[in-house]
Amino acid sequence: MFKNKTGDVAAMPVASKKLRKLSRDKLLTEHIPMIIMLAPFLIFFFVFTILPILSSIVLSFTSFDMISSPKFVWLDNYRRMIVEDSTFATTAKNTLVFAIIAGPCGFLLSFVLAWFVNEFQPRTRAILSFMFYAPSLVGNAYFIWKVAFAGDSYGYINSFLMSFGIITEPIQYLKTEAYLMPIIIVVQLWQSMGVSFLSNISGLQNVSRDMYEAGAIDGIRNRWQELRYITLPAMQPMLLFSAVMQIQSSFSASTIMIELAGYPSKGYAVDSIVSLMTDMATVRYELGYACAMSVVLFIMMVAARLIVGKVLKMFEK
Amino acid sequence: MTNIKSLGKTIKMRFKDRRGKKSAVKRYTRSRAGNFTLVAFLVLGGLFSMLPLIYCVCTSFKPLDELLIFPPRFFVHRPTLGNYAILPDLMASLRVPLSRYIFNSVVISFITTFIYIFVALMAAYSISKSSFKGRNAIFWTVQFALMFNSYTLAVPQYLIFSELGLLDTYWIYILPPMASTMGVFLGKQYIEGYVPDALLEAAKIDGANQFKVFWSIVMPTIKPIWLTLLLFTFRDIWQTVPGGKIFSEELKILPQVVTQITAGGVARSGSAMAVTVIMMIPPILVFLISQSSVAESMSSAGIKE
Repeated sequence: MFKNKTGDVAAMPVASKKLRKLSRDKLLTEHIPMIIMLAPFLIFFFVFTILPILSSIVLSFTSFDMISSPKFVWLDNYRRMIVEDSTFATTAKNTLVFAIIAGPCGFLLSFVLAWFVNEFQPRTRAILSFMFYAPSLVGNAYFIWKVAFAGDSYGYINSFLMSFGIITEPIQYLKTEAYLMPIIIVVQLWQSMGVSFLSNISGLQNVSRDMYEAGAIDGIRNRWQELRYITLPAMQPMLLFSAVMQIQSSFSASTIMIELAGYPSKGYAVDSIVSLMTDMATVRYELGYACAMSVVLFIMMVAARLIVGKVLKMFEK
Repeated sequence: MTNIKSLGKTIKMRFKDRRGKKSAVKRYTRSRAGNFTLVAFLVLGGLFSMLPLIYCVCTSFKPLDELLIFPPRFFVHRPTLGNYAILPDLMASLRVPLSRYIFNSVVISFITTFIYIFVALMAAYSISKSSFKGRNAIFWTVQFALMFNSYTLAVPQYLIFSELGLLDTYWIYILPPMASTMGVFLGKQYIEGYVPDALLEAAKIDGANQFKVFWSIVMPTIKPIWLTLLLFTFRDIWQTVPGGKIFSEELKILPQVVTQITAGGVARSGSAMAVTVIMMIPPILVFLISQSSVAESMSSAGIKE
C-alpha cells in the first residue's frame, strides 16, 4: 500500500554513475530539508509520546503502586489477567462486542452521511455539516442522555412514554443489562461522528469533477458504479484515516460507559477494558497491572488495524 | 504553465455547477422523491444530533422553577436572561479577574493551534513526499502510537513534564499538544492522496526549495485539510483542562473557571448551562469561518494538475 518512491527512481533507465551523483544532490536538496521539516514533530513525539509508551510497556512487567518504586514481576500481570481475573475476560468481551458493532457502524455512517451531504450546495452543506458536528462541540454532551434515560419518571423518555400511557412504571434503562449495550452504542455513534465525518467531507471535495466526467465517458451507468469505481478508490486515504479513528475511539471508549451506566455497571454489562484499567490505576493503585492491560488492548487494536487495512485494500481500484 | 492555467479556466467555467448551475456533463441523479427522502432523512438525523446543543441553549434560558418542573420539559416556556445576568456576580468572587482567564484561553488556543498545524503538516508532507529510509517506519509508529491508550501514559508523562520544568508554566499548554499524532496522520493521508507529484516536480524544476514548495504549493492545495485540522485542534485545546499541572491561579484557563461554577449544585444549573453555551461560541465561530473558507476554496480548486 505504501509505495517506496525510491523504487520508481531506480527503475528509470539512468546510467549508474549519473545516478550516484544524482543521489548525493538528492541528499542535499531533498532528504535533508525533509528531515528538518520532520524534526520538530519527531522530537515532541518522541519525548511526550514514545518515551511514555515505552516506559508504560516496561511498567507492565512490574508491580507498581505509584508510591514505592516498581518491582519486576515479569509476566505475572499478564498471567493474572488471563488466568485469574474473570473481570478482565468480561471487559475484554464487552470491548470486542462494542468495537465490532460501533466501529464499523460509525465508519459506514460517517461515510454515507458525508457522501450525501457533499452533494448539496456549499451553504446547505455547511449547515448540515454543522448539525452532524454539533455533538463534538458540546464538550461533555453525553449528560443529556443521562437526563433522557434517567430511571425515575423525571427522565425524558420515561415521562414521554408515560404521558402517552405506553408504560405505567418508569423503566430503569441504565440499570437493565439488556438495554445498556444498545444505548451505549447509539450514544457512541452519535458522539464519535465529528472527526470521521468532517475528514470524509474534505476528502470528497477533492474527488475532482473531471474524474466523474472521465467515468461517465468510460461508461459509468449509475450512482452505485460511480461510488464503487470512482469515489471509493479516490477516497482511500481518508477512509483509512476514518477507520483508524473509529478503531481508536471504539476500543478505548470508557467515559460514556462510566458516565451513563456507572462503574461497575449492572452485571458488568458495559464495562470496557479501559473502564477496568481506570479503576485499577486510580482506585486500587495497581499501575503495573493497568499498564499490562493497556498493552493487551494495544495488541487488539493493532490486530484490528491490520484487518481493516486488508479489507480497505479490496476497494482500491 | 500558462497553457495549463488557461485550460484550467475553461474547464472551471464548464463545471461551474458547484453553485447549482447546470453541469456540462450529465451526472446520474436521484428522482425527486428520492431527493426528498434524502433531505428528510438528513434533517431528522441532523436534528437528533443537534439535540444536546438545543437542550443546552434552552436550559440556559430557563427560570429556576422550569429547571425543577415535573414532568421535565425539553423546551423553555418563559425564557429569561437571569442565568446570564447573574454571571458577572458569580465571576466577581474570583480571585483573579475573569479577563485574565479569557486572555489565557484565547492566546493559548490560537498560538498552540497555529503552531501545531504548521508542525504537523510539515511532518505530514515530509513523510508522504520524501524518500529517505525509515519514513515508513515513522509513519507506522505514528499510527500505532495513536492506538496506545493515553490513560496509562499519564504517569510517565507527568514525570517528563516535571523533569523538563514544564509544570505550572504556559509551556504545559503549548508543548504537549505538539506530539499529537492525529494531525500528522490526517495530513499524510491527504497529501499522499490528493497532492500530485507532478505539481511538486514542476515547482522544483522552477528552482523552489523544499520549504518553499511546502509553503506555497502544498499548503494552498491542502487548504480543506488544514482548515479541518484547525477545527479539531482548536476545539480540543479550547476544551481541555490540564488537570493537576497548573497551580497558579493566574495561569489557569476558562474551562477551569467553568467547573467552579458548575460545582454550585441544582440552583446554579441554569448558570452552568449559560456558561457552557458561552464556551461553545468560539469553537462554533472557528467552525463557521473554516467551513465557509473550505466552500470558497473548493469552488475555485477544481483543477490541480
